[in-house]
Order: sequence, then structure tokens, then C-alpha cells
Amino acid sequence: MTAELLVFLALAGLALAGAVSLILQRHPIHSALSLIVVMAALAGLYLLLEAEFVAAIQIIVYAGAIMVLFVFVIMLLNAGAEEHTDFSRMARYAGVPLTGVLLLVLTFHVARASAAMTAAPPVEGMTRRVALLLFRDFAFPFELTSILILVALLGAMVLAKRDS
Amino acid sequence: MNEFTAQHPIVVVALVKIVVLLFLLLTALAYLVWFERKISAHIQARRGPYRVGPHGLLQPLADALKFLLKEDATPAGADRFVYYLAPFLTMTLAISAIAVIPFGPGTVQIFGQTTPLVVANVNIGLLIIFALTSLGVYGVVLAGWSSNNKYSLLGGLRSSAQMVSYELSLTLSVVGVLLLAGTFHLGEIVTAQSGYTWGFLPRWNLLNPTWPQLLGFFCYFVAALAETNRLPFDLAEAETELVAGFHTEYSSFKFGMFFIGEYASMVTVSCLAVILFFGGWLSPIPSGPGLDWAVYLPAAVFGLAGAGLVVHGLRYWTISGRIVLSAMGLALCAIGALFARPGVWELVQGPFWFLLKVFVVLFVFVWVRWTLPRFRYDQLMAIGWKFLLPVSLANVVLTSLAVVARS
Repeated sequence: MTAELLVFLALAGLALAGAVSLILQRHPIHSALSLIVVMAALAGLYLLLEAEFVAAIQIIVYAGAIMVLFVFVIMLLNAGAEEHTDFSRMARYAGVPLTGVLLLVLTFHVARASAAMTAAPPVEGMTRRVALLLFRDFAFPFELTSILILVALLGAMVLAKRDS
Repeated sequence: MNEFTAQHPIVVVALVKIVVLLFLLLTALAYLVWFERKISAHIQARRGPYRVGPHGLLQPLADALKFLLKEDATPAGADRFVYYLAPFLTMTLAISAIAVIPFGPGTVQIFGQTTPLVVANVNIGLLIIFALTSLGVYGVVLAGWSSNNKYSLLGGLRSSAQMVSYELSLTLSVVGVLLLAGTFHLGEIVTAQSGYTWGFLPRWNLLNPTWPQLLGFFCYFVAALAETNRLPFDLAEAETELVAGFHTEYSSFKFGMFFIGEYASMVTVSCLAVILFFGGWLSPIPSGPGLDWAVYLPAAVFGLAGAGLVVHGLRYWTISGRIVLSAMGLALCAIGALFARPGVWELVQGPFWFLLKVFVVLFVFVWVRWTLPRFRYDQLMAIGWKFLLPVSLANVVLTSLAVVARS
């Protein structure tokens, strides 16, 4: 067992544990913290793949910005602990079997594909390549996305201002 | 041990560097508190710490003992896990950011391994620092929330809003430097600033001939003050309104951890300011004919400081103070003499200039804190969004135009 595999297993375990804890926790803040653990573990996995830039962006954007807003809103609303409801009938008879089927399909395909997989050659100058892709090759979709986000922002502000 | 060293040289070297840096950093942080108390006292025409050791030099030790020995109370109804996690998070994240700071251009020999003067020599050093500072907000927010205290909660809320707002300006203010240097690697950002305009003006990013980063530095400095929750932006712990803000309920060493975290992030942003805008370890004095004496400046500074300390120490008002201060002065003189020796002065040039610049930036941080009054909360938000963000955006546009025009 190599050191890389050990680190991978530790990070993957951490991500899974965080994800399970996210669902099982009663308090919204604890759930949010679990989600942050998942994101940090994912960033570690990216680092393991030598995608340093993606790892750093993962932490900065998801854990450092989006989740801060989540926590901020939870605190602002002062949300308390929540009650767990029972399984709905829909989840019991449709959700659980379908999850099992999805798991089986995924396992089958991953197992079949990983036999034929070879390691990709390491990429030099990751940051530069991402930048060239975003701002040269896909500049138009990129700008379109930012306009979409801008519209969403303005929409949120209009909705928030309407009451007063 | 020797077998392990031979088999895993990288691990051993990294561990040695981490331990040395941690020891130096924690000592420096303790004395940074002493430094701030002394400066603030003299700004207000007081003496500051004066009783514990000569000039209060043992005050950090006394403070640390006090942190360790006080009762560690947990408020009723606190969320215990998060309450314990928050100070731990603050301190760990603030300290780890120092790992990517390069202190000099040279290399040192540890167990026969040549290694640069930085713990983690990574390509995305700047992004790592930003990632760690963006996570730092959790310490404050979670502390405020878990304390089960309305003042703490308000402090935490304020602080999260403030840090999210100013992080934008902080990141954008650095983009100008990145455009000029073309890399995220902190060491390469420094080497990109070497050289002198007209033979004497250092080509630091602050005075870059393509486009001087004056606006960038201004935005960086203001945003850094806000990110580290220092006056005039310490709304998170405004004592006139919020008792002590997010750390109201913390006592003993948990409070001490917040303290360490705050000063560690101050050191980080100061180091980053020096690397990004003031040429890192590069000397401000150009090397050239007639300027050979510049390499002996570190030795001269230490020697003169030591001599001054001896003269001052001999007239101190306690006997022990006379002995200790003059002994310290002699030690400084000895260090100065060591720095003048061949083989040593080459190595100390980089760290000397780097630490001197960091020291100046830290002094400005303290100076600002004890000079400016605190902003009101709405003013804080208005400055962040309506003034600092447009200015830092303008800096990005102007710098990119200048870079395009040059090429």
C-alpha cells in the first residue's frame, strides 16, 4: 500500500463521513460545518491529483465564500435545532431501491473502466492553461455566464427592495 | 534516527523547518504584543509594561503564564464542540499561512540537504494564503455563535459580513501585482521586482516603471486592516457596543489562542505586503561601484543597536536591569560582528532586509490602530463596497492597460 493510496483513503473517508454527518446532524450550523469538511477533503483530493489551482479555488470559493454566506444566513435567522421527520412513503418505496440501483450501476461502470485506465501525464502550468481556456477559447460562454450571474444579482436586489 | 533521516530526507527537513519556524514565530508573536503595548503607551504618553523585567521585557512570559493559569470557563448553553473548535481553528489557520512565506533567496543545509528558506515552496503560494485567510473567518463566526451570548453573536455576524466584503478588495488589489509578475509563486514575484529604475530607484511593485502599484497597495493595506479585524475596522470586538464581541465568553488559554491568531494573521499580511509591493528580500540599495559597503549594513545595524543598548543599560534604574540590558547589548554586538564575517553576510542579506521591511509594516499597523478612531458599521460597509472595490477594480484595469501597452 503506497502513501498516496493511504492519503486518498483518508481523504475519501473524511469526505464520506462529512457527507453522512451533513444529513444526520440536527442543527443547521453543524450541517454546514460538515459540508465544509466535505469541501476541504475534496480540495485535498484535487491536491493529490496535482491540480493545485483547482484545490485552492475550491477552498477559496466554496469553503471560504459560499459556505461563509450559508453560515451567516443561518446565524442571522438564528435557526434552531430541527426535528427529524420519519421516512416518507415515497422515500421508502421509491428512493431507497433507486439509490441501490444507482450505486450498483456506478460500481459496475467504475470497476469496468478502472481496469482499462492509465495515469494521465502530469500537466505543467495548470493555472496558465485554465486561464487560457477561460479567457481565450471559451471567452464568450464565460462572459455570458457572468452576465447571467449579474442578472440574478440584480433580481435578488429588486426582490429584497420591494417591501420597503 | 540516522536510518530514518537517510530514507526520508524530505520529511525530516520539512519537520526541522516547521519546528524552527514555529518556535521563532511564537516567540516573535509574544514580543509583538509587547511591542504593540509599548508603542501604544508611548503614543499616549505612558510608559507601558515596565515592571516585569527591564522595560517589561519578561511581560510576554507573565502574560502566557496568566493565560495558562486562569480558570477556563465555558458558558452555560454553549455548543461545546464548536466552542472548543473556534479558537483552535483561528490559531491553526493563522499560523499555517506563514509556511509559504519565503524569507530569503539563499539556501541552507539541514542534514546534508540543500533547501530554500521557506517551509512549503509551492507554485500557488499566494492562493494558499488567500485560501487560509478566507477560512479564518470561521473561527470568529463560530466563536460568536457557539458562545450563547447576544454580544458574541452580533460580533460574529458583523465580522463575517466585514471579512466577506473586504476579501474581494484584498484579492483584487493583488491582481495588479500578478499581472506584472505573471506568477502565483511568491519567490518568483520577488525576483520579478529586482533591478533599479535610473540606477537607484528599486523596481519594487510599488514603484514599478510599467504601472506603479500605489492604488493597489492602498487597497491592499486597507483591506488587510479589515481582514485582520484591527482598528479602525475592529467592529467585531467594538468594546463600547459589544463588551468584547465574538470572544466575550472566552477565557484562559482559549482567549490566548484568539490573541495568537490575531497577531499571526497580522504578521502574515505584513509579510505578504512586503513580498507583493516592497520587493521582499531585495535590498533597497543598488549594488555597484562605490556601494560595496551596503552589504555590511546588517552588521552595522546590529552593532550600533547593541552599543546603544549597552550605553542605555548601564544607566538603568535597577541593578538586574543594568546587567541584563548590557548583556543583551553585548549579544547584539556579537551578532553584528558575526554578520560581518565572510560566508555569513551573504546569507543574512535577504532575511535582514525582509524582516526589516516586515518590521516597518508592522509598526505602521500598530501606529494606525492607536491613531484612528473606529468606523461606524454602515460607514464600514460603504467604504468596502462603494469605495475600495471600485478603486481596486480601476487598478486592475489600469495595470492591464499598462501591461498591454508595454508589450
